[in-house]
Amino acid sequence: MTDLTRLSAAELAETLARKEASSVEATRAHLDRIAAVDGDVHAFLHVSSDDALATAADVDARRAAGEELHPLAGVPIAVKDVVVTKGLPSTAGSKILEGWIPPYDATLVEKIRAAGLPILGKTNMDEFAMGSSTEHSAFGNTHNPWDLDRIPGGSGGGSAAAVAAFEAPLAIGTDTGGSIRQPGAVTGTVGVKPTYGGVSRYGLIAMASSLDQAGPVTRTVLDSALLHELIGGHDPRDSTSIPEPLPPLVEAARQGALGDLSGLKVGVVTQLQGEGYQPGVLARFHESLELLTKAGAEVVEVSCPSFDYALAAYYLIMPAEASSNLAKFDGMRFGLRVEPTDGPVTAERVMAATRGAGFGDEVKRRVVLGTYALSAGYYDAYYGSAQKVRTLIQRDFDAAFAQADVLVSPTAPTTAFKLGEKLDDPLAMYLNDVATIPANLAGVPGISVPNGLSDDGLPVGFQILAPAKADDRLYRVGAALESALESTWGAPLLDSAPRLG
Amino acid sequence: MTTTTPALVSYDDAVRRYDPVIGIEVHVELGTRTKMFCPAEQSFGAEPNTQTTPVSLGLPGALPVVNGTAVEYAIRIGLALNCQIAESCRFARKNYFYPDVPKNFQTSQYDEPIAYEGWLDVELEDGTVHRVEIERAHMEEDAGKNTHVGGSAGRIHGAEYSLVDYNRAGVPLVEIVTKPITGAGERAPEVARAYVQALRDIFRVLDVSEARMERGNVRADVNLSLRATPDSPLGTRTETKNVNSFRSVERAVRYEISRQAAILDAGETVIQETRHFHEEDGSTSPGRVKSDAEDYRYFPEPDLVPVAPSREWVEEIRATLPELPQARRRRLHDEWGFADAEMRDVVNAGALDLIEATVAAGATPAAARKWWMGELARRAKQDEVELADLAITPAQIGELQRLVDSGRINDKIARQVLDGVLAGEGDPEAVVVARGLEVVSDDGPLLEAIDAALAAQPDIVEKVRGGNQGPVGAIIGAVMKATKGQADAKRVRELVLERIG
Repeated sequence: MTDLTRLSAAELAETLARKEASSVEATRAHLDRIAAVDGDVHAFLHVSSDDALATAADVDARRAAGEELHPLAGVPIAVKDVVVTKGLPSTAGSKILEGWIPPYDATLVEKIRAAGLPILGKTNMDEFAMGSSTEHSAFGNTHNPWDLDRIPGGSGGGSAAAVAAFEAPLAIGTDTGGSIRQPGAVTGTVGVKPTYGGVSRYGLIAMASSLDQAGPVTRTVLDSALLHELIGGHDPRDSTSIPEPLPPLVEAARQGALGDLSGLKVGVVTQLQGEGYQPGVLARFHESLELLTKAGAEVVEVSCPSFDYALAAYYLIMPAEASSNLAKFDGMRFGLRVEPTDGPVTAERVMAATRGAGFGDEVKRRVVLGTYALSAGYYDAYYGSAQKVRTLIQRDFDAAFAQADVLVSPTAPTTAFKLGEKLDDPLAMYLNDVATIPANLAGVPGISVPNGLSDDGLPVGFQILAPAKADDRLYRVGAALESALESTWGAPLLDSAPRLG
Repeated sequence: MTTTTPALVSYDDAVRRYDPVIGIEVHVELGTRTKMFCPAEQSFGAEPNTQTTPVSLGLPGALPVVNGTAVEYAIRIGLALNCQIAESCRFARKNYFYPDVPKNFQTSQYDEPIAYEGWLDVELEDGTVHRVEIERAHMEEDAGKNTHVGGSAGRIHGAEYSLVDYNRAGVPLVEIVTKPITGAGERAPEVARAYVQALRDIFRVLDVSEARMERGNVRADVNLSLRATPDSPLGTRTETKNVNSFRSVERAVRYEISRQAAILDAGETVIQETRHFHEEDGSTSPGRVKSDAEDYRYFPEPDLVPVAPSREWVEEIRATLPELPQARRRRLHDEWGFADAEMRDVVNAGALDLIEATVAAGATPAAARKWWMGELARRAKQDEVELADLAITPAQIGELQRLVDSGRINDKIARQVLDGVLAGEGDPEAVVVARGLEVVSDDGPLLEAIDAALAAQPDIVEKVRGGNQGPVGAIIGAVMKATKGQADAKRVRELVLERIG
């Protein structure tokens, strides 16, 4: 019998639809795989076996009864722990939320449940999604399935590693500065950051409200499109949600896979290559450009001069919003509560003791940065200036998209680094997101497609960016590149990853 | 902290030497069905923490959505106060840690209020009109309510623990801020009171709030400063918080004028601070000491899009504004033809609505005024209740007056009918019947009484027969006595003279 964990979500969905396997079998296969490899990978913070199997059994019963089901019904999924799930722990990788069981579901989780996808569990992440390596999780490191001594990217290292290690065919990530795309690049998986407002943020434990977006983490471009269509669309509970239907994404992915990109203009961003990028990363990038050209696309070079300031602006806006968003973690209503060991037990002192004990160093660093950036007398110089840079970046995008249908770059400047390598150097860590951050600042969508292995034998990613609300272009171009690459390789990239377990 | 508190200066001396400047911030709780940013219901007196959602509890992942009705109410208030309505305005976060603020920031409007630059003409009891300039009216959410247990007088100091009720957290508020109110001179306390009262009346007419002071629906913060002359620069102000009755507003202003005058007389400087008002003796005392200036780190709320009321909508709201209290008073004054002093008395006695309703029930304005400002005012005073709280309705007064006008009862009997109605015996008609108070118009029993009276006083009959009609009153008196005053005296006289022939 086929190993159900090696199938893509689309293939598994078809297998289930043809009743060649049941959702219970598929779910159990993934739970078994988790049991076999997650001791090494540590992608999951919580595995919800009973819940997942119950959902699977329900889907099987409904399918047997001839009910019309969602195309992904019965296909298991992993959810990043920053997304609140009713009845399941949702810690966001932080001690401060340890033991908290949310009384409600995020909108995207409601959609996942309604469509009948068994939720396998919650995946590891940098605390409150702050990091690029998942090393800032309060609950231990996640290991890259390609090399267990290396980081799986971050903040969504758990979701990416789970998918890369065949523990789940689908996962949910969130991307504030690259937390879906960069882990995708370093684990050889596909990750999509939708247009800001394209997927409801209701129920995402916020880091930076104006930057956060949830999106799919999968092994194929088509799978991302399927999941994106499921979780996306307008949500009246999120004021920043786009009140329009999504463009047809699955159709775009299927179209793209046919391999014809004639008439398409691809813009290479001058500022997102060169210095700081590993030679192997750049080599794969240029090979991919050639494949796009062969598929009929025209490659042009575009300049986005303000991108040079993106990282600086990001590290003011993100911490500013985070400092305010994280104020609610105070031990008063939910989660950890720490009383001071000596002195009076006042609300103020309980808040301070709780936050002191509950937050990790990186979170404290960003809360302090953000508090400073917003304080009286500094607001204009820091937050105010950063917002102006943000506007300039948006204008750069507008100008670039006037010249090209999509923009492309390497997703991350390097392959996965060793665990611990950059832990003491926050700035080096932040630089990992240099290519992904501009999209968050402008609200435009982006995808990372695995495009080969670097000289060190580790995967690298190819980033495609599209104008806001034109997410379909990501899927068309991404699927075209994916199919061209796979015909060169003869097999999916992940087939060359170590078989764990 | 120690502050020297020189003895108070007498009010008259204070206003002779200094020119008071007032500034008033009024918060009104809007009477919307649900809260400012979530669908939790809001109503007075519900069990603690039963009117909450993840949003109003500030749970991780929850997002605010602006209540459209609250925006409409805020626009109504803005228009009634002759304000400009912003074409687009944003919410901001006011960051501060306090257990009754679930997110540890209040979502409020900061530099972009929905309404700005208005005015309100305020009428004092003697008819003097003072124009109060409005700086802004903005939307915000209320905080929860703390109850301190175990300390003295419910204060936090010395309390064993505190309870928080989040039912009020997120209740929509509009805050109305005046520009400095100058030129009121010695009448500053009256102007302050009349302004708050005028606002309360407007809120009620607009139907945006129950506006019950005793429930805290309307709360005022009173700023006051003194300067040497109207040409001097503004002095240092104090802000007396939560002054929650009309009378208290007046007293707080009066007290601060005397207190600050004493400080200035002593050559000292007024400390800029917030102060508490004490109902018991009308004094104020220093509030929380602020070791360093509060820095609320305001920044635009990234979870909300700007509120942009279309001009069509604003004009639609303007066109459907009800008649405002002052315009209504002027109209009724004209319609009723009362003298200026009469009209002021009616307004000051709170009898305007009652008289209007009584007139609507069929009474003439003069008759309605006679009842409410005469007999009923006397009874209200005697029972120490408001006129409107008497157990009698304008419709019943209308009915009573109809009974008098039709001659079925006379004025004297009407008072007995009033007794019956107030005693809960039913409508006037029912009381008349039940108590048998109808004027005796059937001549039969009347003639019997007359004959008896004539027989009892033959000497008077003789005198009248002799042409002297003077003593006939004695006969009439006897008849009235015999009929317990229910006879029509005029008719009795006619019949007596007829009888004597």
